[in-house]
Amino acid sequence: MAAEHDVAQHTVTAGEYIAHHLTFLNGTGAAQKNLVDFGLINYDTVFWVVFLAVLGGFVLWLAARRASSGVPGRFQAAVELLVEMVGDQAKGLIHSAESRKFVAPLGLTIFVWVFLMNAMDFLPLDLIPRIWEGLYAGMGHDPHHAYMRVVPTADINATMGMSVTVLLICLYYNAKIKGIGGWAHELVSAPFGTSKNPILAVVLGLVNFAMQLIEFAAKTISHGMRLFGNMFAGELIFMLIALMGAAWTGANLPSILLFFGHFVAGFAWAVFHILVVVLQAFIFMMLTLVYVGQAHESH
Amino acid sequence: MEQVYGLVALACGLIIGLGAIGACIGIALMGGKYLEASARQPELMNALQVKMFLLAGLIDAAFIIGTGIALWFATSTFLK
Repeated sequence: MAAEHDVAQHTVTAGEYIAHHLTFLNGTGAAQKNLVDFGLINYDTVFWVVFLAVLGGFVLWLAARRASSGVPGRFQAAVELLVEMVGDQAKGLIHSAESRKFVAPLGLTIFVWVFLMNAMDFLPLDLIPRIWEGLYAGMGHDPHHAYMRVVPTADINATMGMSVTVLLICLYYNAKIKGIGGWAHELVSAPFGTSKNPILAVVLGLVNFAMQLIEFAAKTISHGMRLFGNMFAGELIFMLIALMGAAWTGANLPSILLFFGHFVAGFAWAVFHILVVVLQAFIFMMLTLVYVGQAHESH
Repeated sequence: MEQVYGLVALACGLIIGLGAIGACIGIALMGGKYLEASARQPELMNALQVKMFLLAGLIDAAFIIGTGIALWFATSTFLK
């Protein structure tokens, strides 16, 4: 059992180290008990989410303000590439030009925002928690209770919140494009169709409706859980790698080997994580567009 | 209590291991088909690459969700 090993600075065990890094700053110092708990607010997640949204918005605003119709600079060209990429994907998936006016910027926002939130994983694991520890102690609190998690997408509340928002947008477009009546008809007649026989029609309607509910639930849950699972697993592996380096006890062979392993594994995982971070942001954006596009298609 | 620890460790190993088998076979099949397709029609490579990455994310989803749940079980059991 990992918790029994005494590593990391004589007093902190490996288990305590990870448990400390997995606790949110929510005012109680305890973990969330239920999946849905509106009584708790993870202040660290809220802070980083808002901070990164403002940062991403500011950078894109800067590019838009400085944009020239002449030869673009590198910065402008990069932002134009990004906007064009999202615009192309939206064009391929959503065939209504009017909806695209809202959904393409939504896709861009999601991509930039999720990318920035995921990219918090690249900062040294202990950098911000240590700074926060100092600030917390400076404010006259016990530094052992200075909890801080810097990757907002490794918080299931943040990712599920985003995927539920996407669900609400899909429901809105379903009702808007097909009309309430048309959508209600689709809910009971797709995917298995309906029948002329009234008894059979009722049975098929119930089955269809159940299938539609399952589809919406599965889409939303897998949408949020996918991002959470990737980032949570990545963060935990960074912590385990950090523990290898923390096992330093002096210039003896196991310590040197572990330090070497820490360096190699940390490098390899960070490089692989660059792919994961961009890919997950891209997939989150693409699936948002796909789901909104599905809301436009009638059966 | 020791038995609970052992069972949780086994369960986490099974969740991650079986999920990994499925995800690996899926990615391998899709990657092979992608290479075949782009060898036949290299002009489609970019369009296919975007779709391949999207599908890689979808194939990975069940495995990653499983891994997340397994790691959550492991941390909440062993770090008490």
